[in-house]
Amino acid sequence: MTQSVSYVRDTMLPAQDPPALQSGPVKWVLDNLFSGWLNTILTLVSLYVIYQVLSGILPWMFGGIWDASSLTQCREIRDTELGGKEVACWAVIASRWKQLLFGFYPPESYWRVVLALVLFLAAVAPILFSGLPRKMLWLAVVAPFVVFWLLWGGTIWGPICVALGFVLGWAVLTYGEDIAGELAAILGAILIPILYWLFLAGPLARGIADFSSPILGFSSVISLVGATMAAAGIYLVTRRSSEIGATLLAIVAIIMWWAVVDPYLLVRFGLLEFASGAGLSAFGIEYVPSKQFGGFMLSFILGMSGIVLSLPIGIMLALGRQSDLFIINKFSVIFIEVIRGVPLIVWLFTASLLLAYFLPPGTSFDILLRVVIMVTLFSSAYIAEVIRGGLAALPRGQYEGADSLGLDYWQSMRLIILPQALKISIPGIVNTFIGLFKDTTLVAFIGLLDPIGLMTTIRATTDWNGIYWELFVFIGLLFFICCFSMSRYSQYLEKTLRTDHR
Amino acid sequence: MADTATAAAADRSQMQVSDEIAVEIRNMNKWYGSFHVLRDIDLTVYRGERIVICGPSGSGKSTLIRCINALEEHQKGSITVDGTLLSSDIKNIDKVRSEVGMVFQHFNLFPHLTILENCTLAPIWVRKIPKKEAEETAMHYLSKVKIPDQALKYPGQLSGGQQQRVAIARSLCMKPRIMLFDEPTSALDPEMIKEVLDTMIELAEEGMTMLCVTHEMGFAQAVANRVIFMDAGQIVEQNEPKEFFNNPQSDRTKLFLSQILGH
Repeated sequence: MTQSVSYVRDTMLPAQDPPALQSGPVKWVLDNLFSGWLNTILTLVSLYVIYQVLSGILPWMFGGIWDASSLTQCREIRDTELGGKEVACWAVIASRWKQLLFGFYPPESYWRVVLALVLFLAAVAPILFSGLPRKMLWLAVVAPFVVFWLLWGGTIWGPICVALGFVLGWAVLTYGEDIAGELAAILGAILIPILYWLFLAGPLARGIADFSSPILGFSSVISLVGATMAAAGIYLVTRRSSEIGATLLAIVAIIMWWAVVDPYLLVRFGLLEFASGAGLSAFGIEYVPSKQFGGFMLSFILGMSGIVLSLPIGIMLALGRQSDLFIINKFSVIFIEVIRGVPLIVWLFTASLLLAYFLPPGTSFDILLRVVIMVTLFSSAYIAEVIRGGLAALPRGQYEGADSLGLDYWQSMRLIILPQALKISIPGIVNTFIGLFKDTTLVAFIGLLDPIGLMTTIRATTDWNGIYWELFVFIGLLFFICCFSMSRYSQYLEKTLRTDHR
Repeated sequence: MADTATAAAADRSQMQVSDEIAVEIRNMNKWYGSFHVLRDIDLTVYRGERIVICGPSGSGKSTLIRCINALEEHQKGSITVDGTLLSSDIKNIDKVRSEVGMVFQHFNLFPHLTILENCTLAPIWVRKIPKKEAEETAMHYLSKVKIPDQALKYPGQLSGGQQQRVAIARSLCMKPRIMLFDEPTSALDPEMIKEVLDTMIELAEEGMTMLCVTHEMGFAQAVANRVIFMDAGQIVEQNEPKEFFNNPQSDRTKLFLSQILGH
């Protein structure tokens, strides 16, 4: 038998600080850097290597020459003033940064690009940060069209006619179901807008623009307000008897207003001469063709359009691949495999060379638009697979829980399945986005002047012939800022959405 | 079948069971591939009845009640729930599901939503009830299952028993006419089983029509007015609980009861 130990403590011990060597930074350094003779040697060697690398790079970067008009002058300054020490020639950035950012966009219109960027950021902000007021989401609906108009310019009727396509699709989806059934309505809501965009939107916009200047040009505001009020009034009065009838009547009212009432008002009040005399065209700003787009702005436009558009398409493809409906399922599988199985550069060449053959004659399809479509489709195939992984990771009980409450397919996807599947997929999705954003530099190969393409152009001038590093560092820095922000955002998002408390 | 009908009839007189039929299953068969899971199931559930379904694992009892809200498809025969015949028409199925509450073994709460949101989601989206009203209803049922103070937490922060009670409240928020329980206590620790069973007993006392797959024989004796024993995809025996436990007829039932009550 062991000793019987009976013990009663009579004084309680006060809490003490841990020994100095066992806490704080001292402990960390001892544990992580100097915990044994091998680690001590490795630490010292590493410090030496880091010192060597930084002592080479930092003076090169921070001692760089900013004030020179050519590489030759840079070298002269280096040899005369700095005694031949190797330093960066940042003068190339100082003299060409506008071009690296905006390409050959007309300098007097740079404000349009900046405004478009601000608008874009303001529109995505409420989507990215749930703390912002929900009403800001309306910006996201309007912003794409305004951004488009700001960047390319021309008449405002272009983006409005494009936006009409979405309204058309929505109308077909809402009212088509009663007339032709659900499936037909869905198909119609997809096909009719596409046909409209391909064949009607362009001529319509041009027609309105031609017709409207100068008549509608001056009175656009009166026109819009008047027509909207007329349409809304008729719609509200007749809505009780028939929704569809009321909608059609409202559309007729708009057309009648533009065709009859507007011109009459203008002639009646003698505004016509004034309008044409003032030379106001229909809300037009200077048109900038796509071939003048370039620089980082081009990469940003391609990357962001690709990112914004490929997420919804990717979600649809992922759901399609899970669907029991044979045709939808097979279409998704084939689409994903074909798009993913071919290198992006091949698709870009297809966009730049081949696509023109397949489109109906007479349609001129903007090269930038073609590239955006290809980049979008390419990344949506990847996104679809990433999201499919998220969908597969959800327990079956979540689907059953949603089903058992009587939620229909789209409700259960939107409210239960996708929020969770997307949350799981965030790292993969952001990974794909970052890849897509950097891959936009491939467009240099099909002749678009993205930053890499512009580098070649800049080096082709006699002033800057032979300069490499400085341009690469600058472009790399721009890309790094964007990609790193995306990565940080994704980590922030994962943290905010973490509700499982495991 | 005939004597069960009389037994059920006798039972109905003393408990609050009406003549109204809640669920009618006729000659229902189900196959997984070529495996015949459910064979010729005939079952009529009257409104207000509390039925406990038991049987060895793999006997098809879970599959049976999952057929009632069409989580599983049956291949032959008919199921009529609350007057609606289950067909492949998805609108029909959604309608039945919104009238039939279901509680699962693993709760199946939505982890990305708070307890309150879990409870208000279906009323808001399926029943189109205003958010405020749905929240009031949800709080009412959460108080009923005795966890109103957890409303703003997430499911992951609750214990298993609490989660299961939330799941019951979530179903009740849809004001269902029938409740299905698929082994609601099998994934719980012993002390949590009691809190869930208490909730279910309370529900039974209010006259809810309940079909419950469970191994809790105490619960069956306390609240069921009919116990169904299933084996190999068939209903082997059904009777009122007293008779069922004291005087089982089939050998299969006797064996099962001796195993489950033996320890």
